[in-house]
Amino acid sequence: MLVYALNRTLTLVPTLLAASFLVFMFIHLIPGDPASILLGDAATPEEVAELSRELGLDEPLWTQYALWLANVLQGDLGTSVFFREPVLSVIASGAETSILLATMTMLWIVLFGVPIGIVSAIRQGSWVDQATSGGAMLFASVPTFWLGLYLILIFSVGLGWFPSSGFPSLADEGGASNLRYLVLPSLTLAAPNAALIIRLIRASMLDVSREDHVRTARAKGLHPARVAIKHIFRNALIAVSAAFGFTFAALVSEAVVTETVFSLPGIGRLVVQSILRRDYPVIQGVILIIVVFYMVINLLVDLAYASLDPRVSLK
Amino acid sequence: MVLLDIRDLDLSIARGGELLPVVQGISFTVEENETLGIVGESGCGKSLTALAIMGLLEGSAVRIAGGSIHFQGRNLLALAPVERRRVMGERMAMIFQEPMTSLNPVYRIGDQIGEAILQHRRMSRKQVHERVLELLDLVRIPDPERLIDSFPHQMSGGQRQRVMIAMALACDPKLLIADEPTTALDVTVQKDVLELMHSLQTRTGMSIVLISHDLAVIAETCDKVAVMYRGRIVEHAATSALFSNMSHPYTLGLLGSIPAHDQDVEWLDAIPGRVPTLDELISGCAFHPRCFAAKDSCRTVDPVAAAVAPAHFVRCHFPQGNST
Ligand SMILES: Nc1ncnc2c1ncn2[C@@H]1O[C@H](COP(=O)(O)OP(=O)(O)OP(=O)(O)O)[C@@H](O)[C@H]1O
Ligand SMILES: [Mg+2]
Repeated sequence: MLVYALNRTLTLVPTLLAASFLVFMFIHLIPGDPASILLGDAATPEEVAELSRELGLDEPLWTQYALWLANVLQGDLGTSVFFREPVLSVIASGAETSILLATMTMLWIVLFGVPIGIVSAIRQGSWVDQATSGGAMLFASVPTFWLGLYLILIFSVGLGWFPSSGFPSLADEGGASNLRYLVLPSLTLAAPNAALIIRLIRASMLDVSREDHVRTARAKGLHPARVAIKHIFRNALIAVSAAFGFTFAALVSEAVVTETVFSLPGIGRLVVQSILRRDYPVIQGVILIIVVFYMVINLLVDLAYASLDPRVSLK
Repeated sequence: MVLLDIRDLDLSIARGGELLPVVQGISFTVEENETLGIVGESGCGKSLTALAIMGLLEGSAVRIAGGSIHFQGRNLLALAPVERRRVMGERMAMIFQEPMTSLNPVYRIGDQIGEAILQHRRMSRKQVHERVLELLDLVRIPDPERLIDSFPHQMSGGQRQRVMIAMALACDPKLLIADEPTTALDVTVQKDVLELMHSLQTRTGMSIVLISHDLAVIAETCDKVAVMYRGRIVEHAATSALFSNMSHPYTLGLLGSIPAHDQDVEWLDAIPGRVPTLDELISGCAFHPRCFAAKDSCRTVDPVAAAVAPAHFVRCHFPQGNST
């Protein structure tokens, strides 16, 4: 298992290299350069050229990439063009919000997705199943920003239960109660993904329930609920766990939208703003970290998969 | 003592808004310590009959449309689900046709056997563990201490079927239903498994319903036989009576599909044609299109079961044996 994990980590290196190269090249395809954006419309061409030179942007792309890569390999993600601060600390400042948001979102997904998925599989065809299937379909297809705006309209503007925007750090005044700022955003983010998990759990439980070993379990005289959880759900989990990796990928892009809608000072919003500012080092840094994170999640998913299914051996 | 008494059992499949009959008017009894064989070609309703007795049709497209199933004097069809589950796996257990897929792939076999015990008996984990080892030993699994912790995929088909038998015997059932327990196994293993079941029966005094499409297997192991064709019992008698006086042309045909050993029979060919599908309507006797003895009346009149000898029933207008 450990050997497998190490092996997998090693194979990440070429993937990361390729990803970083693509990201680097694509970013530089966006028209406009950071120097003229930083200096504003009033700047003379000389001033812009001067700043570009200072930022190292006048070098050929290849040299810039090589330089950036060399620094990254030493753990230095560079300096933000806009903040004039190390990229790592710019990212760290958004990390609290994003990590809390992600955790809360995952919590909702598991809390709502798993039991509802199980119930709609057990009660296949009943009104509960039809209602959740309809609801899941709706939430899976509604755009994130639209759902976010509606939640704000209802629970924030209308009922006044939750704040509609921003997020003061847990270290600020209010402490843990500041988490209420994240309730609506995390629900927005969780809805489509919980819907996906519900449908997945339902579908794979229905698949498993047709397998022979479920009949064996029933023949023992077990209670149907026990058969459903211990035998059907436990086997369905194997297929569902594989999908968690995809959910994470979807989550990242939806988080960008959600953080913007709710003006959360997270990494998602940082990316959007950095793109507008052509803050190349920050964009590259964030994307690199997301790619690493994604790969780690996928590795964890594979490990979970193997531990759920005794037939799978990791080589 | 009659253990199992089935009367006029009708099963139907709901398909496309209508109910197709699959099993029609089946009746038989199984005494204590007796083995009943049910034999017939693929698709004639053997498994569905077994599942109906076990109470495993719920949630499928198959309905019990009529009749009764009395077990130890109680009509199982009238029991509440809780009561029914108390019988399943406790007093009545089943071994399935497919040993490769009938075990849960994610649990150790020891836990799967133990689950049946924990469900019906108040026992400590340690006692259950002991009992599982005992059962594995009983079904002649070598090295039970090691195998108790294996997963199904680490075992051969024969071993898995032994595990299934151990699981079925976990609570000392009064009735064991074995649905083609050896069909999926190698010929050499088949004999072992059948012999194992027989010796277990001698030890525990349980009754067995053995389903097979192989008349040779039935001849060796059963006290009496019910021959099924297309959802009906077409011949029903004690094994010795049946083999000395085979009366239904279908039974004779089945015998023809036994790899001939010492029997001197003319019908070495298997029965011509195929089992008609459920939605094919056949007038008269359902077997007449494939029957060598069919005459005009067979095409129009459906025969009823009649005794050709005491306790030997045949559903045929022209029984082949020497009727008394
Ligand atoms: N769950 C089900 N839904 C619909 N049709 C079914 C179902 N189970 C069985 N059937 C049909 O009912 C008929 C009888 O099936 P059954 O499994 O009892 O046959 P069998 O005698 O056990 O045959 P085999 O020797 O192949 O096991 C078959 O035509 C089959 O296609
Ligand atoms: Mg069958």
